[in-house]
Amino acid sequence: MKDITLGQYYPGNSVLHKADPRAKLVVTILYIVAIFLAKSIYSYGAVVLSAILLLVISRVSVSVVLKGIKPLIYVIVITGIMNILFTTGKTPLFQWWIIKVYPEGLRAAGLMVIRIIVLIMGSSLLLTYTTTPIALTDGIEQLLAPLKKIKLPVHDFAMMMTIALRFIPTLLEETDKIMNAQKARGGDFSSGSLIQRAKALVPVLVPLFVSAFRRADELAVAMECRCYRGGDGRTRMTKLKFAARDWFLVIFTVLFCALLVTLNIYFGPAQVVVEAVV
Amino acid sequence: MAIIELEGVSYIYGAKTPYEMTALDNIDLKIEKGAITGLIGHTGSGKSTLVQMLNGLIRPTSGRVLLDGKDIWAEPKKIRDIRFKVGLVMQYPEYQLFDETVRADIAFGLKNMKMPEEEIAERVERAAEFSNLDLSLLDKSPFDLSGGQRRRAAIAGVIAMSPQVLVLDEPAAGLDPRGRREILDGVKRFSRESGTTVIIVSHSMEDMAQYCDNAAVLSRGKLFMYGSCSDVFGRAPMLCSVGLDIPHVTRINQKLIELGLPLPEDVYTVDYAADKIAKLLGLGGEVK
Ligand SMILES: Nc1ncnc2c1ncn2[C@@H]1O[C@H](COP(=O)(O)OP(=O)(O)OP(=O)(O)O)[C@@H](O)[C@H]1O
Ligand SMILES: [Mg+2]
Repeated sequence: MKDITLGQYYPGNSVLHKADPRAKLVVTILYIVAIFLAKSIYSYGAVVLSAILLLVISRVSVSVVLKGIKPLIYVIVITGIMNILFTTGKTPLFQWWIIKVYPEGLRAAGLMVIRIIVLIMGSSLLLTYTTTPIALTDGIEQLLAPLKKIKLPVHDFAMMMTIALRFIPTLLEETDKIMNAQKARGGDFSSGSLIQRAKALVPVLVPLFVSAFRRADELAVAMECRCYRGGDGRTRMTKLKFAARDWFLVIFTVLFCALLVTLNIYFGPAQVVVEAVV
Repeated sequence: MAIIELEGVSYIYGAKTPYEMTALDNIDLKIEKGAITGLIGHTGSGKSTLVQMLNGLIRPTSGRVLLDGKDIWAEPKKIRDIRFKVGLVMQYPEYQLFDETVRADIAFGLKNMKMPEEEIAERVERAAEFSNLDLSLLDKSPFDLSGGQRRRAAIAGVIAMSPQVLVLDEPAAGLDPRGRREILDGVKRFSRESGTTVIIVSHSMEDMAQYCDNAAVLSRGKLFMYGSCSDVFGRAPMLCSVGLDIPHVTRINQKLIELGLPLPEDVYTVDYAADKIAKLLGLGGEVK
């Protein structure tokens, strides 16, 4: 149970940890765009370097990042194989039965795999590893604040998300406790047929639901007692501040995008360059 | 004779993550067979962690847990048998009830043991008596009971399995004095009548002094003191030094000693104190 890390925040004190969540959200979106802008081998090099740079300044340990990539390994491998098999070119590198592998295919696969890995690394280092889920919803709420003008209940959605995120660890802990309590009475969750296992979960799910409803009820009453009535006129305990370093982060990313576009223009798309090398 | 032995047991939560936390640190402990042992400690001292190790809910990071001289983790596949031998009532067990009736819920463990129906029915009622649960409540839904009644139902669910060792994590926390007494009296009666070894976790010194034969004190994950109740409560200043409360009567006794009265150090029950003071005043056995 405890291995499920939702919102896998990795506590730390780096620049990325301290940056404003709004800045990080904007930068992440820009960064993803940048990764898709990369066309030439040089811009790919720049993208890979930037991911390594992020890793270094966030001071998140390499093993944690690898663990984050691990669950997606099948997606990566399958994407790679698809690219090898279905990209056609001029002369096949080798041929077997109906399978033809072209050098272009290998190239496309390599670049695609790099792209996915960098995508995961970039977004997790910029957002999930360095931002607490609560700060993240705060950031989203404020970025979407203009939508309030067209009567979208932005605050309410953000509050719902905050509460949901806040209670995921609590419910996980509770599940763990209830499972332990039933195991102590001989409950068995790890053997038997699928149906037996599903049945064995009833003693866990019933108390879990009961307690989730009880918590929801208590929380609603507690919020009402403190006169909570939605977003209008609410002030915040921790005000998000867009500091110099946040502007720097955004501007730096914008420049990075510009750099990639320039590299593309000067050196053309990847295929040409690689072919020249081959 | 020892029924449960811990040998150099340590436990670390979230090992190798930034949230690493050593909850237990090299514990050696022998639990005497047939006795009632109290496990005392400040909040966060590792009591719940320790008791969850006794029935194999968590596996020590290092060290061994022996039941009847055999390592409980010798065959990890058979850990379920250990759970029937060492019955654990977790902290706040009232939230674990799930079945349609209290009776069915108490029978959950027995059904898992594959016991015949007639025996289940008999054991459920006996267990309910020991935990002082009113028999008229047995056919109600557990969700219609009060918190204290649910607690009793949960305790009955474990007592019904007749384990060799009964472990209760804070069975009396958050109850009124009468509720506490009824639950602890029931447990003591069960232990004495069936010869079951009992381990009670608590931070109420009063209860421990009254119901336990032995007491183990945990402090920050280490075993701080272990011995008979008179040994442990006789060293009141040491208990105070790790932030634990001593029984009121012990504190009064300490004050009297400080005032120069020739009283023994190991006073921890009111009866014993009354007896000693009466003797001092030359009243013999008249005071009761
Ligand atoms: N699931 C867990 N994950 C991480 N740390 C934990 C977990 N459970 C307990 N701890 C930590 O281990 C230490 C010992 O906890 P434990 O629950 O054993 O204390 P306790 O003596 O039972 O306290 P209490 O009297 O409050 O019940 C605490 O510091 C706690 O923060
Ligand atoms: Mg505890």
